Amino acid sequence: MGKTFHKPEALSDQPTHYCPGCTHGVIHRLVAEVIDELGIRDRTVGIAPVGCAVMAYNYFTCDFQEAAHGRAPAMATGMKRVRPDLMVFTYQGDGDLASIGMGEIVHAANRGEKFTTIFVNNAVYGMTGGQMAPTTMPNQRTTTSPFGRNVAEVGMPIKVAELLAALQTPAYITRQTVIKPKYILKAKKAIRKAFEYQQEGKCFSLVEVVSTCPTNWGMTPLEAVNWAETTMLPYYPLGDLKTPESVNGGTDAK
Amino acid sequence: MSKVLMKGNEAIGEAAIRAGCLNYFAYPITPQSEVAEYLSHRMPEVNGVFLQGESEVAVGYMIFGAAACGARVMTTSSSPGISLMSEALSYIACAQCPAVFVNIMRGGPGLGGILPSQGDYFQATKGGGHGDYRLLVLAPASVQEAVEMVMMAFPLAEKYRNPVMIMGDGLIGQMMEPVFFPDHLKTEQLNTDSWATSGMKIRGSNTRNLVKSLYLDPIQLNNHNLHLKAKYDRMKVEEIRFEPYNIESDYKVLIVSYGTMSRVCRTAIDNLKAEGLEVGMIRPQTLFPFPEATIRDAASKESCQTVISIEMSMGQMVEDVERSVRGRKPVEWYGKCGGEVPTPEEIMEVVHSFVKSARKEQN
Repeated sequence: MGKTFHKPEALSDQPTHYCPGCTHGVIHRLVAEVIDELGIRDRTVGIAPVGCAVMAYNYFTCDFQEAAHGRAPAMATGMKRVRPDLMVFTYQGDGDLASIGMGEIVHAANRGEKFTTIFVNNAVYGMTGGQMAPTTMPNQRTTTSPFGRNVAEVGMPIKVAELLAALQTPAYITRQTVIKPKYILKAKKAIRKAFEYQQEGKCFSLVEVVSTCPTNWGMTPLEAVNWAETTMLPYYPLGDLKTPESVNGGTDAK
Repeated sequence: MSKVLMKGNEAIGEAAIRAGCLNYFAYPITPQSEVAEYLSHRMPEVNGVFLQGESEVAVGYMIFGAAACGARVMTTSSSPGISLMSEALSYIACAQCPAVFVNIMRGGPGLGGILPSQGDYFQATKGGGHGDYRLLVLAPASVQEAVEMVMMAFPLAEKYRNPVMIMGDGLIGQMMEPVFFPDHLKTEQLNTDSWATSGMKIRGSNTRNLVKSLYLDPIQLNNHNLHLKAKYDRMKVEEIRFEPYNIESDYKVLIVSYGTMSRVCRTAIDNLKAEGLEVGMIRPQTLFPFPEATIRDAASKESCQTVISIEMSMGQMVEDVERSVRGRKPVEWYGKCGGEVPTPEEIMEVVHSFVKSARKEQN
């Protein structure tokens, strides 16, 4: 009997620096599996964010660029415009994408740039030590909201997928999670679909992945998974928010 | 091809295409918007890329992303826009990608004004963004020279894998002048396979390329900075460009001036010569690297009593002039900003007054 399970070719041998219970590793693997399955590794360029995944390029074996904080969608735009034949994906956290990079992601999505964004939402700034993010849950304690996120002062968490789905330009916008095995296959299907839409030159695609940060949440990995499921998922519901097929017009608007 | 009458901004756009740059990203800002307007219809004619970004911040990174995959790429902006692009410039310089940035300068600080200025000298030559990086800075004094410098900028950016900036004041962008486009302008692009994220398949390679600027290890970062410094030092040896004027005379005064300002100085120098006062001028065509040795040598001439840096700013280049002259002769500054361009008569008066005070000091 041959090998039935192996490491994707798009993943390197280097052990990741991610904390125990962090879901970045799972998400990296899903992206790598999709790159393998579509056979696109030799024409794929990833863009790393600033945040915990800043060194994602150490774990992938395709070409990679490293962006400034929040600017990955602008870099992807530049690349995809001059080289439409490349498969381009940005891999961004919630501080990177939903805070400092909100302008870039909204406009890239609205122009219908033909790249794919993997948006990892773990409700905190991870790398800088667990500060409050735009996605931090109401009353959630972080190092810069020690009394819990006060929505009267800083507003409600931003639902990025819903916000982008409100744009009129055709796009594939979905929210998934990888916190339990039952969600992982669905998440992978969504990531694959996002890359396929890009391959077909169809639309911008974004997969938001609800994720965990046990270290900065001050929880064990198991507690973190349960907290994400019971606290985050009701606020960040899973599923497709928009598919290119669901949008009428957009191109023939007068 | 014969000469055509063209506005500086449009000529810059046309020159980019003829230099083989078919990728342009920009954000509108006065007084350079005509570059974007021109290229918005011209790029499609040559199957090039034109994109108006949502901000100068984003445009800076569109340039980075495109340059990182090996494309020849340019943006144009004006002073406040260049401030916003300076973050990207720091990243691009660190990641060693070639790109051309054009700054058609307007008055500052802040929103300042929309009239010509040379107030971004420090920003361009000393680093508008963070960290130890340098731009190769070219300063045209006419529309024709702007065209030639755009042509020159792409091969230079590729030679050093570093951003090149073209610094024109608003007059260079707005004025119409006869301009000649040579027939064969397209310069050969250097091979990017060793570093660009162009896709392994395209390169026919099994090794992936990485474009990055993060070096967490202090020794690695120091070494990387040493590598960058070696490039900037090489520019100082190989890329200094300047134009001398009336330098063979026994000039009493040496003017250092660049861009549009230097043309006003030229007229003043001609008029002063007719009056019997010899004035020489060095016009830096590269602001970085700066023609230090040339200026020092010119200032050292026995007849020379005073060196004057004349600029459309409150005295920025004068610091480099002082640094170059190294105390051999007194260095003075004269300038105006906000869109006020000194007239030849004003320059003549300024030269006379400095000659008078130099004589007083001698007595």
